[in-house]
Amino acid sequence: MNFFQSIGHSSLKFLAKLGRSSLFFSAILTGFGYTLSRPGLLIKQLYNIGVLTFWLIAISGLFVGMVLGLQGVYTLSTFGAESSLGIMVAASLVRELGPVVSALLFAGRAGSALTAEIGLMKATEQLSAMEMMAIDPLKYIIAPRFFAGFISLPLLAALFSAIGILGGYLAGVELLNVDSGSYWSQMQGAIDFHDDIINGVIKSIIFAWLVSWIALFEGYDAVPTASGISRATTRTVVTSAFAILLFDFLLTALMFGAS
Amino acid sequence: MLLFYDLIFLCYTMISIRNLTFSRGNRKIFDNISLDIMPHKITAIMGPSGTGKTTLLKLIAGQLRPDSGTLLVDQKNVHHLSRTELYKLRKKMGMLFQSGALLTDMSVYDNIAFPIREHTQLPESMIRTLVLMKLNAVGLRGARDLMPSELSGGMARRVAMARALALDPEMIMFDEPFTGQDPISLGVLVKLIKTLNQTLHLSSIVVSHNVVETASIADYIYLISEGKVAGQGTPEELNTTKSDWVQQFMQGKADGPVPFHYPAQDINSDLLSNNAKL
Repeated sequence: MNFFQSIGHSSLKFLAKLGRSSLFFSAILTGFGYTLSRPGLLIKQLYNIGVLTFWLIAISGLFVGMVLGLQGVYTLSTFGAESSLGIMVAASLVRELGPVVSALLFAGRAGSALTAEIGLMKATEQLSAMEMMAIDPLKYIIAPRFFAGFISLPLLAALFSAIGILGGYLAGVELLNVDSGSYWSQMQGAIDFHDDIINGVIKSIIFAWLVSWIALFEGYDAVPTASGISRATTRTVVTSAFAILLFDFLLTALMFGAS
Repeated sequence: MLLFYDLIFLCYTMISIRNLTFSRGNRKIFDNISLDIMPHKITAIMGPSGTGKTTLLKLIAGQLRPDSGTLLVDQKNVHHLSRTELYKLRKKMGMLFQSGALLTDMSVYDNIAFPIREHTQLPESMIRTLVLMKLNAVGLRGARDLMPSELSGGMARRVAMARALALDPEMIMFDEPFTGQDPISLGVLVKLIKTLNQTLHLSSIVVSHNVVETASIADYIYLISEGKVAGQGTPEELNTTKSDWVQQFMQGKADGPVPFHYPAQDINSDLLSNNAKL
C-alpha cells in the first residue's frame, strides 16, 4: 500500500511542478518586451552565460573532434574508406555531438551557475525585495537570463561543431595522413544544408530552451536554504541531462528516422 | 497642531485587517485575527519567534494570500487587486527586510537608485541628488561606493532603510529591525525609525520581539501569540495589564503561562523508565 501511495504522491508532486514551471515559462514570455527595452541587461547576461562558456566549449569541441578523427580513421581504414573521414566527423558533429555535448556542457557550466544565483537571490530575499519595490523579478532578473541562454547555446553549439571539424582535421589529416583534399571535398559533397545543418541548429535551439528553462525554474523554485540550493543545482544538471538526451532521441527519430 | 493631525487621520485607518485566517499546511498561523494600523503612527507587532510576524507583513504586501478574511490597505483590498494595481500600491509601501536584502551585484548608491531608475524617468543628476539625500538621512552618504558585502549588519539595514524610502512611500514596514545588532547600531536604528516616522509623516509597522527597544518608540502595540491577538494597547497600558501572558512577554520572564519546559512526561518516570535506545 505504501508503495502505491508513494507512486501517487510523487506523480502528483511531479505534475504540480510541471504546472508551476509552465506558469513560470509563460511569465518569462511576457517579459520578452521588457528584455528588448533593456538591452543592457541582456548583454550583461550574454557575457555571463555565453562568453564565459566559450573556452569550455572550444576546448571540448577540439578534443571531441580529434578523438572522432582518430577513431574514424581506425574504423574506416578497415574498409579502406579513410577518405570519407570528413563526412563521418562532420555528420556526427553537426547532427548529434555538437548540439548534445555542448548542451550538456552548457547545463553544467551555465545552468548550474544560474540555478545557484537565482536560488541565492531567493534565499537572501532579493527577489522578495524587488517585488516589494514593485519591480517584477521575473522580468528584471529571469527573462534576460532566459533569452541570453536561448541565444547563446545555439551559437556555442555551432562553434563546437566548427572547432570539432578542425580537430578532426588535425587528428586525421595532420597526424594520420588522410588526404586533406578528400577530407574537405567529401564533407562538402555529402553534408546537406537542410538535412544536416538546419536540423542540428533546430536541436540546439530546443536544448537551449530546455536548459535555460530548467536552470532558471529550479533556482526560482528552490527551497531557500543552503541544502535546498545545493539540491536544486544538482537537479538542474541531472534533469537537463535527461531532458537533452530524451529530446535528442525524439528529435533524431523525427528528423532522420523516416528516411 | 498635533491634535489637528490626529483628528483628521483618526477618521480612517491605514491598514485594517478583519477576521484574517492564514495557514501553512495544517498549522494555522493566524486564526481569525483583526487589527488596525493607524496612519502616521508607529505600530508594533510583537510576539514570540515563529508566530508568523513576518508572514503578516507578507500578507499586507500581497505576497501571500489569506485563507479568509479581508485586508484593506489604504481602503483597497490587497488580495482583490490586479497585478498592476498591486504593484502601484506597493510603490506606496516600503519594506525593510531582516537581512536587508540589498542587491548584491550593485553598489550602495545603485541599490538606492535602482527603484527610482525603474519607476521614474528622472535625469541622472536628479537621481543623484535624491540618492544622496536618502543616504544622508540614514547617515551613510560617505558609504555610497561600498558594495553590500562590505557593509556591517547595521549599515546594511540602514542602506535598506534608505532604499525603502527611495520612492517616498506613505508607509514602511520593518521586519525585525533590531535582531542581532550591537548596542550602538541598535540605538541608531531606534532613533532612525522614530525620527523618520515623524519627519516624513510615515505610517510605520515594526515587527519585533525586542520588547524594550520597540516599546520605547511604539505608539501602539499588538501582541500576537498562537495565531491570535493576545494583547494590545499603548506601551503603558500593556505594562500594567493584568494578563499573565502579556506580563511574562513584556518582562521576559523565563517561566509563566508559557512554560520553560517543552511538553514531556514527568521527569521521574522518564528517567526511571527502561526505554534506553541501545
